[in-house]
Amino acid sequence: MSRLILDLLGAEFGVAVTRDPDGLPRVAPRTSDETAAALGLAHRHGWRVRVEGRGTWMPADAPADLVVTTTGLDRIGSIAPADLVATVQAGTPLRTLAAALAGHRTWLALDPPGSPDRSLGSVLATATAGPARHRFGPVRDHVLGTTVATADGRLVRAGGTVVKNVAGFDLTKLQIGGFGGFGIITEANVRLRAMPAARRTAVATGALDPLFHAAQAIVAAEVDAIVIELLSPMVTGSADWRLLVEIAGTEAGATSELARARDAAGDVALMPASGGALGVAAGQAFLEGPVSIRAGALPASLPDIADLVVEELGPGRMSLGPGRGGLRWSGTTSVERIRRLRGLLAHREIPVTLERAPWPIREGAGHFGELREGVAPLSARVRAVFDPTGVLVAPLEGRDG
Amino acid sequence: MSGADPDLVRALGAIVGPRWVKIRDAERRTYEADGLPTHASVPMVAVLPGSKAEVIAIVRLLHERRVAWVARGAGTGLSGGALADAETVLIPLTRMNKILGIDPTARRAVIEPGVVNARLSEAAAPFGLGYAPDPSSQAACTIGGNVAENAGGPHCLKYGATTAHVVALEVVLPDGSLATLGCPQGEPWGPDLVGLFVGSEGMFGIALEITVRLEPVPAAVRTLLADFGSVRAATESVGAIIASGIVPAALELLDQACVRAVEASIYAAGYPTDAAAVLLVELDGTRAAVEAETMMVERFLTEAGARTIRSAETAEARARLWQGRKKAFGAMGRIAPDLVVQDAVVPRSALPDVLDTITEVGRRYDLTIANVFHAGDGNLHPNICYDHRDLALRERVHRASKEIMEACVAAGGSITGEHGVGADKMEYMPLIFDPTSLATMCAVRRAFDPAERANPRKVVPTRYCREWRPEPIR
Ligand SMILES: Cc1cc2nc3c(=O)[nH]c(=O)nc-3n(C[C@H](O)[C@H](O)[C@H](O)COP(=O)(O)OP(=O)(O)OC[C@H]3O[C@@H](n4cnc5c(N)ncnc54)[C@H](O)[C@@H]3O)c2cc1C
Repeated sequence: MSRLILDLLGAEFGVAVTRDPDGLPRVAPRTSDETAAALGLAHRHGWRVRVEGRGTWMPADAPADLVVTTTGLDRIGSIAPADLVATVQAGTPLRTLAAALAGHRTWLALDPPGSPDRSLGSVLATATAGPARHRFGPVRDHVLGTTVATADGRLVRAGGTVVKNVAGFDLTKLQIGGFGGFGIITEANVRLRAMPAARRTAVATGALDPLFHAAQAIVAAEVDAIVIELLSPMVTGSADWRLLVEIAGTEAGATSELARARDAAGDVALMPASGGALGVAAGQAFLEGPVSIRAGALPASLPDIADLVVEELGPGRMSLGPGRGGLRWSGTTSVERIRRLRGLLAHREIPVTLERAPWPIREGAGHFGELREGVAPLSARVRAVFDPTGVLVAPLEGRDG
Repeated sequence: MSGADPDLVRALGAIVGPRWVKIRDAERRTYEADGLPTHASVPMVAVLPGSKAEVIAIVRLLHERRVAWVARGAGTGLSGGALADAETVLIPLTRMNKILGIDPTARRAVIEPGVVNARLSEAAAPFGLGYAPDPSSQAACTIGGNVAENAGGPHCLKYGATTAHVVALEVVLPDGSLATLGCPQGEPWGPDLVGLFVGSEGMFGIALEITVRLEPVPAAVRTLLADFGSVRAATESVGAIIASGIVPAALELLDQACVRAVEASIYAAGYPTDAAAVLLVELDGTRAAVEAETMMVERFLTEAGARTIRSAETAEARARLWQGRKKAFGAMGRIAPDLVVQDAVVPRSALPDVLDTITEVGRRYDLTIANVFHAGDGNLHPNICYDHRDLALRERVHRASKEIMEACVAAGGSITGEHGVGADKMEYMPLIFDPTSLATMCAVRRAFDPAERANPRKVVPTRYCREWRPEPIR
């Protein structure tokens, strides 16, 4: 079988076909059209396809007949600094993109956990936002439009390149956090921000409770921060929790807002820290645990939920967002434990999304787990529009537990 | 009287009570338009549910009887999206106007779909909170309609349109089944079906309960009014402000035709009538930030050639500066029997050139086109005054509108930024989407509504919906 696949792909793509470390045929299309063609071929022959980005986030371990990697989709199509929009192929590493944008005094305000070499597509497909979601919102808020190759080889464009647009149904939303179940994102139009003149970071150290209260006070004081995030001891390899506050703006503005954050924090001492380094290190720390989940918890419940998560899943690296809510945990755990946590949190209207895990856990628990009544059949019907014959290996709901 | 099947009318009456089933011509005609003078259509019957249970029962009944239907909010959509024809039942949701709960700690509100936009902010004000999306129609339009259209408004420049503020939805699908999408925190809970539903223009089902984010009312707000000798200078100052990294709460532009209409009306706001354009800039946030940004913005405005800059900080003074903007459509509506409010988007950097093109189109078709728009996000509203009884004039308006849309698309923009496609913009959809993408939109719609009974024949021209259907799941 794999010989046939190689031959057929070779005929269509020439040099771009190789084998992955497990001997699976692997193709690295360079354009949206080539991506659609590869999937079209898989669809016609009934091959199962594993989609890979740069391989720094999700393990490349899903069983499949063919691997489609986005590493060949690594071009930045355009950067329009005046309109604050860039068109970027999905395999582009975030680091490369950031460097190109910096040359235009702009940035993409996404700071997801993981390696700085993560592909843009992997961030979009898994909707993994980092601490900057406090100010700039979830991943979906950064994406104005996408080009997607469906599993049966069509190219679908949704949205556009302008910041405000309600033409047609918002199919882009399906792709963000769709975990590859709705096709392969080949290109995205992302929304940029003007680079701030000044950035200031401050950190407080201590037990979770006082830091959480200080964070809440900073939120309540409406301090104009881009990041307010709590990091568990394991994230920084220390004995204490950290409260990370980051401010951006004009020199004068950043200084005065930082002073307000300090006032609001009261007895909890916010100390100046070197710009961004802690955030980056924390993001990478989440790679140390093989499993990473996020829970959609409201701010006030975060300390409680953090306790519960540790009780159910085991010790792990955690970050909590006291402004917008949401918790991330990363560590070693099992399908059964994830299922039990989901069961407990569902009663509190808190979904648990599996962001990253080895295949057996992804397959067992699913990225979303069992969907709620009414949503499951709807989601299956929508998915069938993008993958009518189940070509894409994307375990969204997992096995029945 | 309506040609509705008397048996259907009886069955609807059994659900909502006979007085909430409107079959008389005069009653049905009140629903014939949605603010757009070029489209009118009288529904077979209008049925007004008073509760969630009644909506569900109506949808189930219509599903059994295979009757198409259209949900309706306040009917301010301006795209013909909320219109129903003689074969179609209209379901106005205006009786479902309860705010079910406000949780000030979580900064969330749960509401029924018929709640009028402005009422939610009023109800949240005692907690120091507000609902950010503020369409200029906010005194009338409903949040259910906002969800269906992904409505924007002046303050969406900083705070984002409706989609950024809706975290959960309880919906009834056209087959009468129920689904709860999203969660209070905002994590989608599966694929982002909330994001998909917002902006679906009434074609995916009816939003029965809507959970939204509330934002704290900013500590300080400053509104500036700058007037310019040319529209180009005004739009260039917009570019300079945005490029500096400042994100104003709002950045609105009115051109001379619009200013003169406002100043000649009861809504006169003291805008200089000899200005080629006036720009409203609103800054909000902490007191220190607002002060610092005001200084910077004043500098950008002056550098771009602003003739005068007025500044207002008190609520009353700001309201006066805003009044002209908020009532601009109303003011223009008084100078001619009919007004087409158009809606399109261009990249900010294309604003000066596209506005020149619009002026040129107006001149060529001998039409008065007045512009009032959300300049910060490039969302244009060219307004064309006319008289619908003049058929030749109507044709000119139509051609001019089409040319304006084409110019916006050619500049890299979109055919609608907030009013939606509805019936009005369907013919422009192929300008920005290829047939495969349009067919996929239809297929996604059928995932929600296999029988295509909810708001039929809107958004995507039917001919594109036949080209591709998914194969059955293996
Ligand atoms: C003077 C004026 C100014 C305006 N300014 C703005 C502006 O600044 N920004 C902006 O975005 N829009 C603006 N609009 C357009 C309009 O007000 C918005 O689109 C608004 O969201 C429509 O709300 P509505 O309640 O009137 O909905 P309707 O017009 O009644 O319906 C609109 C669509 O929503 C569907 N619908 C209604 N309720 C539901 C529900 N519960 N579930 C599912 N579908 C539903 C209908 O089927 C229809 O397709 C303006 C309109 C006017 C007349």
